[in-house]
Amino acid sequence: MSRATRDAFGETLARLGADEPNIVVLDADLSESTRSSKFAHAFPDRFFEMGIQEANMLGTAAGLANGGKIAFCCSFSCFVTTRFDQIRVSVAYNDANVTIVGTHAGCGVGPDGYTQMSLEDVAMLRTLPNMLVLQPADDLESEQAVEYLVKEYTGPAFLRLTRQKVPRVHDDSYRFQPGKADQLREGTDLVFCASGATVHGALEAANRLSDEGVSAGVVNFHTISPLDREAVAQLAAKVPLFVSVEDHSVTGGLGAAIAEVLAETTPRRLHRVGLRDFGESGSPEDLYAKYHIDGPGIYLEAKQALER
Amino acid sequence: MEVQCAYHPLSLGNRVLSEVLGVTEMPRSEGRFHARTDIGNSLALISEATPVQSQAIIGHSEGESMDREALIHELESKAPKYRVDIVEMLAEAGSGHPGGSLSAIDLVSALYHYKLRLKVDDPQWADRDRFVFSKGHGVPAQYVVMADLGYFEREKLWTLRKLGSPLQGHPCARWLPGIEASTGSLGQGLSIAQGMALASRLDGDKYRIYCLMGDGETQEGQVWEAAMSCAKYRLDSITAIVDYNKAQIDGLTKDVMDLEPLADKWRSFGWHVITVDDGHDYRQIFDALDEAEQVKGRPTYIIAHTIKGKGVSFMESSPVSWHGVAPTKEEAERAILGIRRKAGLPLEEAVR
Repeated sequence: MSRATRDAFGETLARLGADEPNIVVLDADLSESTRSSKFAHAFPDRFFEMGIQEANMLGTAAGLANGGKIAFCCSFSCFVTTRFDQIRVSVAYNDANVTIVGTHAGCGVGPDGYTQMSLEDVAMLRTLPNMLVLQPADDLESEQAVEYLVKEYTGPAFLRLTRQKVPRVHDDSYRFQPGKADQLREGTDLVFCASGATVHGALEAANRLSDEGVSAGVVNFHTISPLDREAVAQLAAKVPLFVSVEDHSVTGGLGAAIAEVLAETTPRRLHRVGLRDFGESGSPEDLYAKYHIDGPGIYLEAKQALER
Repeated sequence: MEVQCAYHPLSLGNRVLSEVLGVTEMPRSEGRFHARTDIGNSLALISEATPVQSQAIIGHSEGESMDREALIHELESKAPKYRVDIVEMLAEAGSGHPGGSLSAIDLVSALYHYKLRLKVDDPQWADRDRFVFSKGHGVPAQYVVMADLGYFEREKLWTLRKLGSPLQGHPCARWLPGIEASTGSLGQGLSIAQGMALASRLDGDKYRIYCLMGDGETQEGQVWEAAMSCAKYRLDSITAIVDYNKAQIDGLTKDVMDLEPLADKWRSFGWHVITVDDGHDYRQIFDALDEAEQVKGRPTYIIAHTIKGKGVSFMESSPVSWHGVAPTKEEAERAILGIRRKAGLPLEEAVR
């Protein structure tokens, strides 16, 4: 089973729209790509096509939230999260019940190249004290995250979704628990801390390491902010080496968030895997291989970290 | 902390409160430059007790019994007192934006007393009209009217910009009930107003939305995004008002980044445009607000020509330099004497 997290988002939102009349959805001329079009077709009165005006879209979403609406504000992550001032003032500082849906996360956007890649979005948004930052690892988690945002959560949130299909890493019994790290595999020699489209690669690398007698754990951080500090500290008590893996800049992202907790609680060696440069055009597969955020690449990075 | 406040009958004679709510007294502090309140607890105080309780709706546009001339007369008598409060607040704070607060105060007063349908004791009332103060630096003008209406105790005015105060330097919806939207980074308010208007429409057009903007702010690109989209959505529940005081931090607006031809621009974007030649004349402001309510199928933009620093002669004559500088206490006393003299108010109150 392999499905893009944006697909699960679009279908879930359209399904929930029938029972929750307060859901409103805004998009900035990318509704087919973000999959908000499914909601738009089902509920045209509650869908607002904002044109190529991301800043205006964010403010409008905040105003809709003031009127009691549950607003989803969709675009490529690179276009919507870079309107950071509108996010920090209009959305966050107003405690607006707005979910910023950033699709086409990271270099996974592929051939469009750097300008369409969001490599800095997590770094920016996790600085806001009331911003929930979620990145599901598969379609199942994406569905449940959307349900949570509609039914339980009230406030500013950022939902980071993939363009590309990602293999399912959970079984059907999985229950998404916001704010709680999701341990997919236990290990004592090292632990991979991954999020989003890199989680399945981390599992693949852990399997391969296990064949060589290395015990590697895998933890899925679907909630990057607020980070599950307790889980990190507990892992640090048991595991000597951390390897963070993300389709994002290594500066300010998941790896940096984990580094902060390790430094503040239980110092452990951390090896950060992710992008250290602008991206470039290419297929997602080639890009994931180049930046060592696919299974083989993550394996290599872990081997290097173990040998250091 | 030292608290010096005395209570005596409210000379402002708040008609809304005294007539509608049966309240005849409002707290008023004396020796205001020395006044201190326990601002550390101000958030708790606000949530614990609102000074005036009522379910009554303020805002008079639907008030059949309203005597418009009497209201105009009353707002004219309030105006110099609001101006004194603004000057005192900023002097006490030691920083802030007097020019744009004084240019906006008559527009704000007219909105609150004549148009906005609100419940003072229920700031979250679902059907309230929305007022977005987009030119957030001018918020002292909103604070003095809110205090007068009883949104918070008048003593809170002297906590402006101080640690722990709900009266932040720029409006903060998280901290002060009655503030609809946190603003201050310019250019964002009209987009927020647009979202409110879309929500209002979804819920059956139960409320109207007013957005007060600055002229300098209009240079922001986001304003024109919203200008385009409010017209697309035919949001006739929106009345945007620009406080056209012609000056900004680096100079006169016409020199920094000219807005003209401003009316033509908004008209070409699909808005109904009304020009108010004197944004300090309540008759003209009321007329424009009334006209805006009658417009169907498109939003309304009111260009209110105002004077930066209005009411304080030395600010009026040097509008750019009084954009973001608070008066010293000596300057404030001079300003207050001038305001009182012009308004025929007793002068002794201005002298400590």
